Amino acid sequence: MHVTLWMMPLVGAQETHAAESAAFEPFFPGLVILLPLIGFAINGLLALRHATASAAAVRAGGELVLDGPTGRPPTHTLPSWVGPGVLLAAFVVTLVNFVRMLGVELHEPVVVEYWTWMATGTFHVAAALQLDQLSMVMMLVVTGVGFLIHVFSVGYMRDDPGYPRYFAYLNLFVFFMLVLVMGSSYPLMFVGWEGVGLCSYLLIGFWFSDREKSDAGKKAFIVNRIGDFGFLVAMFLLFVTFGTLDFVPVFGDSPQALAYGGGLVTAITLFLFLGAAGKSAQIPLYVWLPDAMAGPTPVSALIHAATMVTAGVYMVARSSVLFALSPAGSATVAGIGVLTALFAATIALKQNDIKKVLAYSTVSQLGYMFVGVGVGAYAAGIFHLMTHAFFKALLFLGSGAVIHAMHHALHHTHSHEDPQDMRNMGGLRRHMPITAAVMWIATLAIAGIWPFAGFFSKDEIIWQAAAFGGAEHAPYPGLYTAYWVIALAAAMLTAFYMTRLMVMTFHGSNRTGSEEERHLHEAPAVMWVPLAVLAALSLFGGWINVPEAISSSILGLGGGLPMGEWLHHWLEPVTASAHQIQEANLGELGHTAPVGGGEVLWALLSTAAAGLVVLVSVRVVGGWKVTPAARDVAPTGFGKILYNKWYVDELYDAVIVRPVVRVSRFCWKVVDAGIIDGLVNAVGYLARAFGFVGSLFQTGTVNTYAFILSLGVLFILGAVIF
Amino acid sequence: MIDILFYVFAAVAIGGSVGVVASKSPVASLLFMVVTLASLAGVFVLLEAHFLAAVQVIVYAGAIMVLFLFVIMLLNLGHDYQKDLRWGLASLLSFAVVGLLAGLLSTRLGGSALGGGAGAEVIDAAIREQGAVGAIAQPLFTTYVVPFEITGILLLVAIVGALVLAKRHVE
Amino acid sequence: MITESLVLSALLFVLGTFGVLIRRNAIIMFLCIELQLNAVNLSFVALSRLWGIDGQVFVFFVMTVAAAEAAVGLAIIISIFRHYETVNVNNFNLLKW
Repeated sequence: MHVTLWMMPLVGAQETHAAESAAFEPFFPGLVILLPLIGFAINGLLALRHATASAAAVRAGGELVLDGPTGRPPTHTLPSWVGPGVLLAAFVVTLVNFVRMLGVELHEPVVVEYWTWMATGTFHVAAALQLDQLSMVMMLVVTGVGFLIHVFSVGYMRDDPGYPRYFAYLNLFVFFMLVLVMGSSYPLMFVGWEGVGLCSYLLIGFWFSDREKSDAGKKAFIVNRIGDFGFLVAMFLLFVTFGTLDFVPVFGDSPQALAYGGGLVTAITLFLFLGAAGKSAQIPLYVWLPDAMAGPTPVSALIHAATMVTAGVYMVARSSVLFALSPAGSATVAGIGVLTALFAATIALKQNDIKKVLAYSTVSQLGYMFVGVGVGAYAAGIFHLMTHAFFKALLFLGSGAVIHAMHHALHHTHSHEDPQDMRNMGGLRRHMPITAAVMWIATLAIAGIWPFAGFFSKDEIIWQAAAFGGAEHAPYPGLYTAYWVIALAAAMLTAFYMTRLMVMTFHGSNRTGSEEERHLHEAPAVMWVPLAVLAALSLFGGWINVPEAISSSILGLGGGLPMGEWLHHWLEPVTASAHQIQEANLGELGHTAPVGGGEVLWALLSTAAAGLVVLVSVRVVGGWKVTPAARDVAPTGFGKILYNKWYVDELYDAVIVRPVVRVSRFCWKVVDAGIIDGLVNAVGYLARAFGFVGSLFQTGTVNTYAFILSLGVLFILGAVIF
Repeated sequence: MIDILFYVFAAVAIGGSVGVVASKSPVASLLFMVVTLASLAGVFVLLEAHFLAAVQVIVYAGAIMVLFLFVIMLLNLGHDYQKDLRWGLASLLSFAVVGLLAGLLSTRLGGSALGGGAGAEVIDAAIREQGAVGAIAQPLFTTYVVPFEITGILLLVAIVGALVLAKRHVE
Repeated sequence: MITESLVLSALLFVLGTFGVLIRRNAIIMFLCIELQLNAVNLSFVALSRLWGIDGQVFVFFVMTVAAAEAAVGLAIIISIFRHYETVNVNNFNLLKW
């Protein structure tokens, strides 16, 4: 009964919205989120079954061996099909919806309502899914890239005892991520928001017997709470202002209800952005993301690169109307974004752990996305989100393949070297040619080299920052010039640290040791095929949104790239009202960079500069004499500061964590144990004293009780009569 | 005539209940109780509640009182006279409480003019049409049919409970 | 006659109450409770002369409940007697801590 209800939207609710929006017929949108949930249920049950079996084996004095004489148990073979299978099915359903949406002119979001979730007083939240161009893009990324990462995981995690649990968490994560992007109201988005946070915590601490890894999970969870506080306050403010938290009425009313540049809308956007900064790892809340690399590498690819951490960008793009109404809020978003982009890039320069470099790179790229949505280029922000999902997922999965190979090689010689440390690698391209090739594609993409995906998306963001500052009535023109310069500088740093990563890992001489070198091997097909698909997407994915000016120039092959500004037009219905507000208040955007020169010129310059940086650093880094981690000396001078991540963790520890611990200790010893417990005990003693007096009336004989009862009746009667 | 009868019945009922409270022997108490119940049945007749009067005699004075009697016989309580009445302060206090209660109830019930509908006419008409049993059966099996059924369950539960409680535990 | 019946019912009720308060024999206390029930029945019947037949229906229910109560109550008294060899409530003083 419930299942049919779930799949069949309430007829009435659907009709009202369908009437407004041409003829878009949603194709079982509930199925998209239901399928991963089913996968979670199945894999979860398998995980429980495995846990029971392994506990029984331990009680019997042994240990559960996966590859015993009877072959691998079904708990470790079924998830290989169920986990990626449900994602593939969800992707297909999404594709059907996408194709249907392509065929119609959809100007209003389609809201499919299933049931009333909360109804108290005037507050009403429906369990409803919103289908529009923005959620469609996000659904495609989540299910599509998610599917590829699931397939990769089959190869990467196959021998882990927690295999079914891993897929259960991964499916659950996709479920919550889809709730986040498909929910039709802030509370529903918040459900997904918290749910992905939970799954992130579970997966970072997936190997929870390692103290450091479970601590990393806790850190992610706690830092995210700070952001959630901002999100919640923003929701309260929105509810007080609008009386509802559904997207459609809130965004419909806000141009009238909120004054442009007013204090209220600025407060709302800043609190929303605090939430986004927590989830998307921006200054000052980015510290959890590098530690989150403790999780399995495909998790880093899916959650901490491609999908979850981009939820903040999605949220800002979703709330584009609010942000467009607040120039101060938008400037803050862009400012924090550009600072994060530069700051994280500097840290990435000196990291030796391959995943740490990628983690800081992710923080940096997320900063770019926030620059995009902060300068009103919402489509550009989402565009970079999408291309980043492709190439960063590819980089993480590629690093996963490298770590996998390193781990196996070190395992053979029982070496305790760190398989993730790039100082221990070198020359791996001879053993892993496919991985090396696809990772080079991703590196060129992230470095912003034409014609890879990252070039188009990153360049558009940088250009939009300049154009926004050059608008007729730009709020803080000088500020945007600074943003533009910093963004360009960070792009050069990106090109350098990524090249450094590639050269240290795949080129130069081998540093694993000769015995280990013989055991290095290319990843199996189940791992490299997803890599190849992602490589193709990193190569061609940028062509769906080539700005007009670029498209007609040499960089667009004189109009040879077929799609034009497709994504921009596709998202137009979602961002239209934000753009109207922007146009009405800012006038026309600028056409030249702050120091002169047009869009095409600067695009040419930046790709040429990035290419130059890549070429030079291949030579420079190739010339370094890298010593393996065991014999390496700690860096000195400025490098030491970068190596220690600007000592931000230490700063937070001294300024926030230790005072909090001291205050907590005071609250525990003095306030709780002394005052509160004392009060509670005093109340207890008082109650016992009263009870002693009262117990004197207890004779135990029925007559006494009957007498007292009659007395009571007498009093009540007297009270009634007189 | 009816008034005289009422006062006779009332006097017997009060006398009987004084006997219930005051008799030393439980058997005497019980017999006084039967007298009280019977005279109350008479009052019921005077109040045109013929069916209830019959039930009062058959069920109360007949069945329930016999049940009490059996228990007294079973436990052989006839000779246990000691320390039955509570004397002294307890009884004085009880007397005061009960006296006040009586005063309150009587002044309230006797002293005020009771308003109300034409219940008497309705009942008399129903008795003329359907007979004494029909008059009470009509609401019992229509308006109050669910409570009536539940009463049946209650009796069943009481029977089971009485059996369980009174059964000798074989160990 | 309705008023008189109500006064009679009040008198019977307080007599029953008095019995419950001063007697120690469990069976007689129980009989006094029956007396109280009957007093209430009488006022129901009397008031049914004012407000219709429903009062009599209630009496019917009270009688049923009284029968059930008598059965269970007497069973309890029997099992208590088996234990204490007496029905004097002064001996049953466990109703405290």
